[in-house]
Amino acid sequence: MLESFLVRAALAGVGVALAAGLLGCFVVWRRMAYFGDATAHASILGVALSLVFGLPVTLAILVVAGAVALLVFVLTDRSLAADTALGVLAHGALGLGLFAVALTPGPRVDMEAFLFGDVLTVGRGDLLLIWGGAVVVALVVWRNWGLLLISTLSPDLARAGGMDPRRASLLLALMLAGVVAVAIQVVGALLITALLIIPAAAARNLATTPERMAFAACAIGAGAALGGLGLAVAADAGVGPATVTVALGAFAVLTAAGRLRRG
Amino acid sequence: MALIAAEGLGVRFGAVQVLHDVSLRIEKGEIVTLVGPNGSGKSTLLRCLIGVQRPTRGRILKAAGLRVGYVPQKLHIDATLPLTVRRFLDLPHRVPEAEARAALEEAGAGHVMGRQMADLSGGQFQRVLLARAILSEPDILMLDEPTQGLDQPGAAGFYQSLEAIRGRLGCAVLLVSHDLHVVMSASDRVICLNGHVCCEGTPAVVSAAPAYRELFGTGTKGALALYRHQHDHADHAAHPHHHHHEEA
Repeated sequence: MLESFLVRAALAGVGVALAAGLLGCFVVWRRMAYFGDATAHASILGVALSLVFGLPVTLAILVVAGAVALLVFVLTDRSLAADTALGVLAHGALGLGLFAVALTPGPRVDMEAFLFGDVLTVGRGDLLLIWGGAVVVALVVWRNWGLLLISTLSPDLARAGGMDPRRASLLLALMLAGVVAVAIQVVGALLITALLIIPAAAARNLATTPERMAFAACAIGAGAALGGLGLAVAADAGVGPATVTVALGAFAVLTAAGRLRRG
Repeated sequence: MALIAAEGLGVRFGAVQVLHDVSLRIEKGEIVTLVGPNGSGKSTLLRCLIGVQRPTRGRILKAAGLRVGYVPQKLHIDATLPLTVRRFLDLPHRVPEAEARAALEEAGAGHVMGRQMADLSGGQFQRVLLARAILSEPDILMLDEPTQGLDQPGAAGFYQSLEAIRGRLGCAVLLVSHDLHVVMSASDRVICLNGHVCCEGTPAVVSAAPAYRELFGTGTKGALALYRHQHDHADHAAHPHHHHHEEA
């Protein structure tokens, strides 16, 4: 059954959407949208490295995204002029990556798959990686839920309670880098932040507690992945853009409904 | 031994020396009020004591296994984060329903259990923060300007709840106050801070101290005085009810 490329694409999309929905809540609560952008853009540099050194693409992206995540963690922790530093880092890595890809010898590489995703080419190994990663993310978030939540609310409260809020930042940074690395194939570098933020923002309208918002974000993300695949097949369009379009529709409907309900 | 002590504490932010050579000890069960003008380093000192701010000089000594209940000055809750009062009390560890209810009642906010944190009034919010802080049965409660934004009856009510909580838990209380002229009447000691410890002692001793007068007394031309709120508990009903004012 897994032979069907559509089934594989659906499974890959749902797996990534679940992990992204969960982490996306923290991205929204902590105002870390920049973080998704920085790691996603830097992942293009990972693509270039994989071409130059003949490494597996996902591994190379994981290494670069992880390195950028750590760099961002250090920069924001010291609260330097973080915004500018992040901008330099993210867009510099994107430009450098595209430039390096163009310089690599051999046939010209089609960057569109990395920028916009190409979920229809997902193989069994990719599926294993995506779902393995999603399970790890879910487990880590579940085990550290209290720490992650209180550190998000107030690092001072976390510290007064004997917890280290930097541990929460580091865990989130590394998990986000991992999700970005595996999500490249599904939605592409340019749209990963959308997959993180839009389901969570849509879920806000449904939730009264953080847990419900996380569940709703996962459900909306998974729905958008499946709906986006269907829409892409029907309209003969890219799956990544179609997925984001469906998520955007859910956000618009839920936000309008939330407004109406509150009066 | 003291629950918590600072020895020769100094904190410098860039070129600004916020605290220098601050030493203090807080013993089991005592109520200490820390007063000082804006920018005197009160919050910085508190942040050093809870371990958020690393001092540039000196050190903090804590009793082994010290449990600290912290009530921050302000807690911004992002509009994107849905959070009921009940769920907030579960942070970082889940607490049984009965304990959550009891803590809220004790902090004087028993009726807000199901509300969203973002919808609370200033006074309710402070009481919910207090409720969360006492859930861990702390050895010491540290509160950073908890009555800021409350009117005088509101502040007096908050202090009464705090005193009752101290009575039950036997915890020490360290209270930072922005209001130089109203201190909690139950304070065992007042520490007057202005980058360093200017003076300390009982409220009466501090209000009479030259250093205190120099800091807070002259500017007001006698218009403001150290005011000790003497609230009327039912068990004090036998005594004539009076409010006790002392000229600073």
